[in-house]
Amino acid sequence: MSVLVVVECAEGEVKKSSLEVATYGAQVAAMLGTTATAIAVGEATEANLAKLGEQGIAKVLYDAEPRLKDFVNNAYTKLIATAAEQEGAQVLVLANSNIGASVGSRLSVRLKASLATNVVELPKTDGGQFVVKRGAFSGKAFSDVVLSGERKIIAVKKNSLEARHEAGKTAEVVAFAAQLADADFADAPKQVVMQEQTGGVLLPEAELVVSGGRGMKGPENWHLIEELAQALHAGTACSKPVSDVDWRPHHEHVGQTGITISPNLYIACGISGAIQHLAGVNSSKVIVVINKDPEAPFFKAADYGIVGDVFDVLPKLTAAVKELN
Amino acid sequence: MKFLVCISNVPDTTTKISFTPDNKEFNKAGVQFVINPWDEYALTRAIELKEANAGSTVTVLNVGEADTEPNIRKALAIGADDAIRVNAAPQDAFFVAEQIAAVAKDGGYDVILMGKESIDYNGFQVHGMVGELLGIPTVAPAMKLDMAGTTATLEREIEGGKEIVEVSTPFVASCQQPMCEPRIPNMRGIMTARTKPLKVVPPVGDPARTQVAEFALPPKKQGVKLIDAANAGELIKLLRNEAKVI
Repeated sequence: MSVLVVVECAEGEVKKSSLEVATYGAQVAAMLGTTATAIAVGEATEANLAKLGEQGIAKVLYDAEPRLKDFVNNAYTKLIATAAEQEGAQVLVLANSNIGASVGSRLSVRLKASLATNVVELPKTDGGQFVVKRGAFSGKAFSDVVLSGERKIIAVKKNSLEARHEAGKTAEVVAFAAQLADADFADAPKQVVMQEQTGGVLLPEAELVVSGGRGMKGPENWHLIEELAQALHAGTACSKPVSDVDWRPHHEHVGQTGITISPNLYIACGISGAIQHLAGVNSSKVIVVINKDPEAPFFKAADYGIVGDVFDVLPKLTAAVKELN
Repeated sequence: MKFLVCISNVPDTTTKISFTPDNKEFNKAGVQFVINPWDEYALTRAIELKEANAGSTVTVLNVGEADTEPNIRKALAIGADDAIRVNAAPQDAFFVAEQIAAVAKDGGYDVILMGKESIDYNGFQVHGMVGELLGIPTVAPAMKLDMAGTTATLEREIEGGKEIVEVSTPFVASCQQPMCEPRIPNMRGIMTARTKPLKVVPPVGDPARTQVAEFALPPKKQGVKLIDAANAGELIKLLRNEAKVI
């Protein structure tokens, strides 16, 4: 019995969400009295993989096949399934990312495993049951789900737990070859196009988020959001009406039909707080609302609030952050 | 080209979520159910592609009990040709995927589309399970879908960017914005939908692998601390010293 953790890498580095997943997997392994092995996907360096020891990973498997640098659904599924069989993995842990959901769902069928996505807490294993808490109703609720069967797959929501860093501990990095054939790469991407992110911070992984709504009055005013985000090293987001009129790209839309995020800090600027928007952000640890309407429903869901004009308040906040740094 | 579009019956996005007193089930009382918003992208794009490729058909599939039929009729009114309802309450993602795979196998569909996820269960799992059960490629989540003969070109969203992926039919894609502008039914569509075929079939396959033990609502906030706009900079100090998040 063992725990296998899928670690996503890009440009040599382990993604932040995968450090969280590694921490989660190591803790599950400790609960089950076993060790956690990682299988790395994407472009990684041996030194960075060895550092997964800091999250409690004992061993890292890495297949240096160059075509695995970009995500290929069939090849990744086969790679991870082969590793799971080799390691006798009873629990497979991955990130609730687009990659994690794509391979996790295929793996659940191939490995005859029960699957829970969007998981926000460590499992409870009292009474011989294996129960995980997951987000449901697009952030409006949680559900405790019983996973049955010998094998379980868990996709962990980003920012749901803090990655552990035990300095000096290293994992053993072991070369792994899944014997992939050309046919496994039939659905390889023809082209990968990366977008410039504000301040280089990816919204789904961001710990701090500054978000704007219709109260920003137009895309020409977004520099106010971006300046505060840059000062804080935060990601930027927006409400649905804003992405619907193309003031901002749709991947910044947080809410029930956009993405749900759970950063440590969410600053909402000129967003009234419709129920669909709240669903996307209400698992943020601290919520700040800036709105000139004191009756805006968002204030009821906030920890801190400023009743005022965003055009007056935002520059003051940016200046205060710069002063503090 | 035969399109199969899978739709889910979900609470309207404005629904305030509550549960039965034992917290074991969603409280449906007074709740308006709609076609899952993500599935609307799949449905509309399938209809657009059907219109561009003569001789194509769009079949709508729902796994649900009889109370989902108004939304199946709505999908027919938007422009699907016929519908299949698997007569069972959807137990979990695997159960639903098994039903879709069985229908897809029998019907010989070329393109199987669905929304990225349902806004109630938020599994984001069914696409991959169906692809794996049928042994065909999956593209998830897809932001763009074009077809040229039996080759599809899709844009797949990745964190921080997108990938251009080409696959041959048959394949599965889970759809999201900005794939198309979802359509709403017109009067003619509503009239013709009444007589379009809706077949009801029994469920197949193995039992569900997961089970919801209990639901819970998120903890309530303690109340908002207001800072005077004239002293907005004070907020930053509170975020560092009190909330300790920056």
